[in-house]
Amino acid sequence: MFDNFPLWPDRASTAAGNVDALFIFLIIVSGLMTALIFTTVVYFAARYRRRRGVLAEQIEGSTPLELTWSIIPMFVFLAIFAWGAVLYFKSRTPPRDSAEVYVVAKQWMWKLEHAEGQREINELHVPVGRDVKLIMTSQDVIHSFFVPAFRMKQDVLPGRYTVAWFRATKPGTYHLFCTQYCGTQHSGMIGSIIVQEPAQYEAWMSGGATGPLSATGEKIFAELGCATCHRTDTQGRGPNLQGVFGKPVQLEDGRTVTADENYIRECILDPGAKRVKGFQPIMPTFQGLVSEEQVNALVAYVKSLSPPVAAGTKTASAALPQDQDTNKTAGSQVQ
Amino acid sequence: MSIAAPIAPPVERENYLNKEYGVGSWLLTTDHKRISLLYLLSITFFFFIGGFFALLIRLELLTPAGDLVQADTYNKLFTMHGMVMVFFFLIPSIPAVLGNFLVPIMIGAKDLAFPRINLLSWYLYVIGGVMMLHCMLTGGVDTGWTFYVPFSTAFTNTKIVEAGLAIFVAGFSSILTGLNFIVTVHRMRAPGMTWSRLPLFIWAMYATSIIQILGTPVVAITIVLVAVERTLHLGIFDPKLGGDPLLFQHLFWFYSHPAVYIMILPSMGVVSEIIACFSRKRIFGYNFVAISSISIAVFGFLVWAHHMFVAGISVYAALMFSLLSYSVAVPSAVKVFNWTATLYKGSIRYDAPMLYAFGFLGLFTIGGLTGLFLACLGTDVHIHDTYFVIAHFHYIMVGGALMGYLGGMHFWWPKISGRLYPESWARLAALIVFIGFNLTFFPQFILGYVGMPRRYYQYPPEFQVLNVLSTAGATVLGVGYLLPMIYFLWSMRYGKPAPDNPWNAAGLEWQTQSPPTTFNFDEEPVVTWEAYNYEELDAPQAGGPH
Repeated sequence: MFDNFPLWPDRASTAAGNVDALFIFLIIVSGLMTALIFTTVVYFAARYRRRRGVLAEQIEGSTPLELTWSIIPMFVFLAIFAWGAVLYFKSRTPPRDSAEVYVVAKQWMWKLEHAEGQREINELHVPVGRDVKLIMTSQDVIHSFFVPAFRMKQDVLPGRYTVAWFRATKPGTYHLFCTQYCGTQHSGMIGSIIVQEPAQYEAWMSGGATGPLSATGEKIFAELGCATCHRTDTQGRGPNLQGVFGKPVQLEDGRTVTADENYIRECILDPGAKRVKGFQPIMPTFQGLVSEEQVNALVAYVKSLSPPVAAGTKTASAALPQDQDTNKTAGSQVQ
Repeated sequence: MSIAAPIAPPVERENYLNKEYGVGSWLLTTDHKRISLLYLLSITFFFFIGGFFALLIRLELLTPAGDLVQADTYNKLFTMHGMVMVFFFLIPSIPAVLGNFLVPIMIGAKDLAFPRINLLSWYLYVIGGVMMLHCMLTGGVDTGWTFYVPFSTAFTNTKIVEAGLAIFVAGFSSILTGLNFIVTVHRMRAPGMTWSRLPLFIWAMYATSIIQILGTPVVAITIVLVAVERTLHLGIFDPKLGGDPLLFQHLFWFYSHPAVYIMILPSMGVVSEIIACFSRKRIFGYNFVAISSISIAVFGFLVWAHHMFVAGISVYAALMFSLLSYSVAVPSAVKVFNWTATLYKGSIRYDAPMLYAFGFLGLFTIGGLTGLFLACLGTDVHIHDTYFVIAHFHYIMVGGALMGYLGGMHFWWPKISGRLYPESWARLAALIVFIGFNLTFFPQFILGYVGMPRRYYQYPPEFQVLNVLSTAGATVLGVGYLLPMIYFLWSMRYGKPAPDNPWNAAGLEWQTQSPPTTFNFDEEPVVTWEAYNYEELDAPQAGGPH
């Protein structure tokens, strides 16, 4: 009956229940407040309507009352703030061993690439019960990745990565909306998140990939000649990239930054901005020479050179022993 | 309906309306009351343009498919609706019309401190308005009223620079009005009109003026930067040129969040006056209501990034801005409690202005409380940029600000025009507006939580029922807004002449004649009483209602 008249969105991620609980709490609090104010106003308006011979009674105000109705709401607000802050913090902190999907948004489509190498357009297949981390960037304007059923949203910006994550709990097909206005076909920039049981997902995963994203990255790394300077010993003219990802890096100007996805991205596109201590500014920029997808592959490759991610890549490649099926299932991957 | 004959007042006293006639006497006037009427005409014009866009938006959304207009047209419609309503109706509405008319009279002054600058602000507004009209007629803009970069600077091919300049020029009108009010309130109060005797409307206008002066220059600079990046390709916001798109959002919301308080604070001032008059009481907790206006203006500057919780700002910044947002919620709640408490043991009449004030209380309460959902980080991630936000800010800016504006227009109409409006029509209109408003915007809260994003030209079919409800409500609301315009115009010719103080209200504006003379008072008033001395007004010997 409610197919055309939904009053509540699907609940299909671990975050959804938590957000709903807070939302319901807020409805109760504000419902009570509204009821209190409405009934008081209506009661006073009726009880003290103008009658002949009855004058209004002048009242100055009351400081204790003012303090009461300032301080009690303040504590209620603080409670709401704290609850919301906890959920937000969780939603902004992807778990360590998440599966990774690189997202490139452009007017007006979503391009998604799994770390295992599968590519999709306006569709994302994910398994139930697995944390999925989205590493997103835009090729043009700002977009926003919104999955109502997951209560998840993150703007996607050009020139940097933003990150979001979720863990799906219920198989099904859910809306993916762009929620940051992005031009003519903004409302057409929608897609589906297809949540599958792990077995189904493995079956889907087993076809179509040309190899993990990091392998593509390794190829580009070689083609662009990066390896001539970024050698695997200490003799290179550029820093050795083995084990760098996720570690603090000392910069030439004295600062220390963490080598996260955004840092590696910046080093490729704007090498002079945060130069590593002890190295000459000799690296050319690759801005305009590599596509967003190639940057993603390079980042995935650099990440694969560091132990924790390397472990992830191993399980991924374990799931991909069948390059011979590529042609058979490729058609079902990208639609 | 029989046609009532024009009722000629027995002897037409000289007043600001009949002192001089002719176009020149209006276009070159420095009388704050005439300038107020010039503003009234111009903002009403823009209100109906903006309303027309809203009507087309709602019609397009009747069906899930995009079928009434083209996608690009739709994008321009909601952009122009927002720009016209925000910059050319809501921001000038109460300050430029009621504030202009009332600020000098309420404090016992002959005019504003800088009458010529006041006229200049109207001309700036008109120039900005004409530029905006020209921009709309020659292609319009499709960025949304928020101008987000890099879409606005590098991707759209619509008239960004022209629209930006129109807003830039109109912004100076707003700055100069604020400047004028602040100086007037400081320097031109009548003898005995101390700060603690100021009507709460003046406090609200004062707080509003602070925001206008401090905030508007920032949006003006931001617009210039957008124009510079767009025309000269200097890298400020566009990452391709080395800029930062989030910098734009910070600058934009630094003004545009406080701008919401430019719209709502004056309404709060109006409602304070109306509630005091129609319950015949001083406002409960005068000091707290006055101080809460100032604290809303000050704290309003510290919360802008709550528009950016999912934009890619740091988690810690988000935490701070969420916390600070609640610091604005407290003084807003304090105001609502004080208005409610004012009714206690009052002597309450339900004239049209009071009905609008009740409507304001109801809609502002809902609008304010749904603000808590958006200030809360955990829920904002889901409802940000959905119809929940649309519903929330319409409850504040239309439910709140516009209800207050209409309430104030009814309350002071006898003073402004010298005529009484038809009371039963006015009550009916207040009721229609209230019902139509809720029918239009309440379904949008649900629509937002279910997940419909804003600025969507077409949408998945499951959202249709709620959209149809909303469109149905919009037609009711439209009727509710047309009615007052019709009977106000009617009353200018056929309305009964208004006595000097039809509501037996406190306040200096009611002690001068209706309509006032050019210099407001025959002799400078000396104030020896507090703002809401209804006790003395209603005392039996003073000829109260006994």
